[in-house]
Amino acid sequence: MEWFTTVLYLLGATIRVSTPLIFCAMAGLISERSGVIDIGLEGKMLAAAFAAAVVAALTGSAWDGLAAAVLVGAMLSLLHGFACITHRGDQVVSGVAINIIVSGLTVVLGNAWFQRGGETPQLQAEQRFMGVIFPGTDNISHLPLLGPLYVKVLSGQSLLTYIAFLLVPAVAWLLYRSRFGLRLRAVGENPAVVDTAGISVDFLRYRAVVLGGILCGFAGAYLAIAQNAGFQRDMTAGRGYIALAAMIFGKWKPLPALYACLLFGFLDAGAPLLQGVKIYGNTELPVQLIQALPYALTVILLAGFIGKAIPPKAIGRPYIKER
Amino acid sequence: MNATPAPMPRWLEIFGLPLVNLLMAMIVSGLIVLAIGENPFAAIGAMAAGAFGDLYGIGYTLYYATNFIFTGLAVAIAFHAGLFNIGGEGQAYIGGLGAGLMALLFDHSLTMWPMLALGLVASAVFGAAWAFVPAYLQAKRGSHIVITTIMFNFLAAALMVYLLVNVFRVPGSMEVVSRDFEASAGVPYVHALLTAIGIEMPQTPLNLAFLWALICCGLVWVYLWRSRGGYELRTAGLAPKAAQYAGISPNRVTIEAMLISGALAGFLGFNEIMGNHRQIVLDFVAGAGFTGIAVALMGRNHPFGIILASVLFGALFQGGSEVAFEIPTITRDMIVVMQGLVILFSGALAYVNRPLLEKLWKLYQARKNAKAAAVVAPVSPAAAPDAPVALAEETATLAATPAAPEPEALETTPMPKPAPVEEVLEVVEAEIVTMGPGAEPPPAAPRRKRGPKKSKRKPGEV
Amino acid sequence: MTAPAPSTSTETAGGEPAPAVELIDIDKSFGAVHANRDVSIRIAKGTIHGIVGENGAGKSTLMSILYGFYEADRGAIRVNGRPVRIRSSKDAIAAGIGMVHQHFMLVDTFSVIENVMLGAESGMLIQGGIKKARAEMQRLERDYGLSVDPDAVIGDLPVGEQQRVEILKALYRNCEILILDEPTGVLTPQETDQLFQILKALKERGVTVILITHKLREIMAITDTVTVMRHGAVVAERKTAETDREELAVLMVGRKVRMAPDRARARPGEVALGVAHLGLTDAFGVKRLDDINFSIRAGEILGVAGVSGNGQSELLEVLSGIRPPTTGVMHMLGRDVTADKPCSPKRMRRLGVAHVPEDRHRLGLVTGFPAWESAILGYQRDRAYGFGPIINTAAAARDCGKMMEAFDVRPQEPNLGSAKFSGGNQQKLILAREMARMPKILLVGQPTRGVDIGAIEFIHRQIVAMRDEGTAVLLVSVELDEILALSDRIIVMFQGRIVGETTGDRADERQLGLWMANAHADGPEAPPPGLPPLLAPELSSRSGKPGGRPGALPPGMKIRPRK
Repeated sequence: MEWFTTVLYLLGATIRVSTPLIFCAMAGLISERSGVIDIGLEGKMLAAAFAAAVVAALTGSAWDGLAAAVLVGAMLSLLHGFACITHRGDQVVSGVAINIIVSGLTVVLGNAWFQRGGETPQLQAEQRFMGVIFPGTDNISHLPLLGPLYVKVLSGQSLLTYIAFLLVPAVAWLLYRSRFGLRLRAVGENPAVVDTAGISVDFLRYRAVVLGGILCGFAGAYLAIAQNAGFQRDMTAGRGYIALAAMIFGKWKPLPALYACLLFGFLDAGAPLLQGVKIYGNTELPVQLIQALPYALTVILLAGFIGKAIPPKAIGRPYIKER
Repeated sequence: MNATPAPMPRWLEIFGLPLVNLLMAMIVSGLIVLAIGENPFAAIGAMAAGAFGDLYGIGYTLYYATNFIFTGLAVAIAFHAGLFNIGGEGQAYIGGLGAGLMALLFDHSLTMWPMLALGLVASAVFGAAWAFVPAYLQAKRGSHIVITTIMFNFLAAALMVYLLVNVFRVPGSMEVVSRDFEASAGVPYVHALLTAIGIEMPQTPLNLAFLWALICCGLVWVYLWRSRGGYELRTAGLAPKAAQYAGISPNRVTIEAMLISGALAGFLGFNEIMGNHRQIVLDFVAGAGFTGIAVALMGRNHPFGIILASVLFGALFQGGSEVAFEIPTITRDMIVVMQGLVILFSGALAYVNRPLLEKLWKLYQARKNAKAAAVVAPVSPAAAPDAPVALAEETATLAATPAAPEPEALETTPMPKPAPVEEVLEVVEAEIVTMGPGAEPPPAAPRRKRGPKKSKRKPGEV
Repeated sequence: MTAPAPSTSTETAGGEPAPAVELIDIDKSFGAVHANRDVSIRIAKGTIHGIVGENGAGKSTLMSILYGFYEADRGAIRVNGRPVRIRSSKDAIAAGIGMVHQHFMLVDTFSVIENVMLGAESGMLIQGGIKKARAEMQRLERDYGLSVDPDAVIGDLPVGEQQRVEILKALYRNCEILILDEPTGVLTPQETDQLFQILKALKERGVTVILITHKLREIMAITDTVTVMRHGAVVAERKTAETDREELAVLMVGRKVRMAPDRARARPGEVALGVAHLGLTDAFGVKRLDDINFSIRAGEILGVAGVSGNGQSELLEVLSGIRPPTTGVMHMLGRDVTADKPCSPKRMRRLGVAHVPEDRHRLGLVTGFPAWESAILGYQRDRAYGFGPIINTAAAARDCGKMMEAFDVRPQEPNLGSAKFSGGNQQKLILAREMARMPKILLVGQPTRGVDIGAIEFIHRQIVAMRDEGTAVLLVSVELDEILALSDRIIVMFQGRIVGETTGDRADERQLGLWMANAHADGPEAPPPGLPPLLAPELSSRSGKPGGRPGALPPGMKIRPRK
């Protein structure tokens, strides 16, 4: 039964690791479907994580931390929007700028406020989003297979994790069933159509970008006050980019993007298990190879060896009325 | 589009605008410093003193600048080809691997100059090779180069950790570094050379790679604006379809530009590994690849501008260390923030400060004119024809005998001969790419290109 | 800048009390270009009002102002007698104004119904809107004969149907005033007839129609009143019944129209360019070129006529080496250029093939370059511009100066940015570049598109001069007049095939027009005789399109430049 324990662990870990990726991928998806490239996911998530940890530490409330994270995510999105939507700046450059500013600023502020080399104080359990225990775990746990699955994987995850998984159908619904989604998809394909239909292109894109920022806020809050107990320097560690890759791999569609997030999460969660595994007699599988696998896989996927991803037609191009 | 074109002289555009952008970044940084309870002016003072106060500071400043010139040029070359190379970080890392590998293999057997030459070439080849894969995938499989180069940064980091831990580490040592190179694999230090000719200079990592960086600037300039390859590269960057029409393969340009870009980034590894550390270490790039983006943007993708911007950022990094020493609450990360702000203001918000500056200039001109009007009769606006804007693209209807319609007459009025200074600036201007891949400047107020600088508007006309 | 206000004494037709639209002293400048000069127009309710003028006369700008795309610098707008302030399309829609744009404002990946309801969804959710839109579309189909499959995806529809979706969009928003900007540019004659039927139906139900066009035939065929614009100002207003084509033409251009530059008869020599069974299939499996056969002799101009998008662009691309043909053979100057290495523009240039591309801005020159750099585009590897890898910039600039002088490019400044030249001067520079090396074969696409009148004749003369020098010229143009004026022989393309051939002196407009529409063919495209066009759209557009596969579409209906 040892393998079963491993599987349970792996499933649980995959879900945990995937959570911030899902938030970020959905954030990027909404933004990019409106035609605005969102390479600043990493920075927004990092800033949100910082804000969440700081506020949770100060007020002692995880909810305050989440609110702060969402606020900071939205503010940075507004900055991105100001640069790229209002002033038609380059979207990739703006995203890179946000990432760099945040990576420096979080450490500067953290250091100035807490003098811990950029870390925030360790959070107590009540300042975090701890695991939610589902009802009936005691009664079901003895059931073979299903019991442990329910107790160890389905139950006991952070509230934010459940929100992340519910978010995917919600985003799909928003995109394909609501008026906002219809307009959003239209503006990402051909903004002039939206403009001549009497809808403000800028306002629409702003809403999309800010919505993305809010979701980045959730991602950051999850990292800092759910998965971990505080902020550490550069704690996102490239997850924003991985989420971006997952979204592209998911062809800018919610459900496939979720699968991509789970796949990358699975790789990340599985890496420690493969440590020390011997291949070819005495040679160990290098840890770094496993760590690099998501990135390598992303490159292979991007190389188009699996299907072809067609981005929204107007992506990356600021909308300028033609004469 | 404004009805009145905003006149802005080229010198203001080329030198003023980056300065204004820098100033904005400094102001925001100052506010942050203020927010954490420190005095920004004290910080600036400490920074300037630390960067330029003595030969020690200058040495470090230029040593950092060397790195930034390489990565700045790398980003700029890619920009000119319409590509955004975010992978400078990884390419520099692998470039350093190339130099270090050569040193470890041959430092016993080769004398200094052949060793250095080999290291230089290896850093370029390794850097270029690391850029080749994303370039190839972009050209042949259409993978978004921004994403793939980011991924390659992570891959480079993983590879280097693996190699250092498992291959290069001195057996038994806990430190994750390679063995020290022999003296032959060390680029001569500037302080050593200066001391040899009798000038006292404290020990700094500044080495002859700085000279090579300057030479690279010259070479890049010649390549971009004086060579057929550079012409084709810029054509493909500005107008991909025109390139195709002209028989230029966009794929070839993509690969060529990225190879050059990667090689330039690789030289950073040469400067760090053979110039400074003289052993292979971890994380020696330390974000210089991203600083290259800021440098290229501030230097407007022109080698000369890149030198200035690199020295500036070198000073920020060196001065920043001094500040961190004197005011512990302001860590070096503050410089990272500034760097991000520079990218924000001169890259993403490139079109914000520009109209602002134009407005200020107009205001200044209006004032000057008001004074001049008392003496000289105003020049009619019609006498200063504007650069014609291509008329709306429509299908011509009826072929007809010419009758010189009014817009045509307006457009073909001979332009006044420009002053020589303007001529030079115009050439410089023509060499500047405003922004990254495929980005066309929005139709902000059309810029005046030529014509007399004064009397743009009648006094009293609003 | 203050403009000399032209006296625009508009003769109001009829003088009804409350016109549907009243534009009063509209004035608009774009930088140095004065697009509209104190334009005043009154359009009576329930009429079809034409606005004619040449390119750049300011028609489109005026209508964009009425539709809120731009805001006028000065002037007022009244709708049904009430003053309105139109700052955005939203205001225009609220005022009951709808517009069918020249480049359709449709999302290609959306279905017809999604496009129709976009911006007028009636509720936060799509579902309810779709139901309402479906019902409304059925009503509109009944009332106006506007039949389109609501669930078809726009990208799969032929141009004519896409245009109908545009009209549906406007009507769905209860528009009472419908603006159509050059609606027939991309339509076949049959589709044009169907459109006119629809417009008449609209008029009968009280909708006011504003038709912007430069085609006088259309003005005469359908409008009640017509306004003539020139250089941004209104020059005349007429009742259509009281005027004729000749008068309007004179008003439009301000003088008697004269065609055809003086030219001697062609003295054709050897065959310089010959193609046999040339075919090109694109990535979607659509045959862009289908069994093309023709030859051009030295000293001869072959005109290629056709409605835009029927394979002419692809023909130019194949002949200039930009795209390799899928099938067939190309002989150039006695050499089979398809047999050996894959052809490339570089190789074609070396052979003596010059190419003046259709898309001046994106292909012909690099707008970010100074003129001299644009003047070596395609010849950047030429020995004349230095040895080895380095370009002799002085030589290149000198060469550019010479070209500018020879072709009267103004201003004569090689260092000036390419974008700073007017369309005509840009085109002259490209022509100069391509003609400078005395090519054996000259491929010319839309040489006078967007070119000011003054330059048109110059360009035509240069093309004829090239022919007289012994160059074989292939001229692609959607302007029949241009084809007729210059060509020694004419071929007509339709859906990637050559459907007609004639000589320059025997050609007549009517015959060419029939070929261009493929009207004489008894293929599935032709409607059954006698059936009124209004009832036939189903037949004409749907036929040969099983399941809406793009592959089965008439190619001419699909590819349109859209930005």
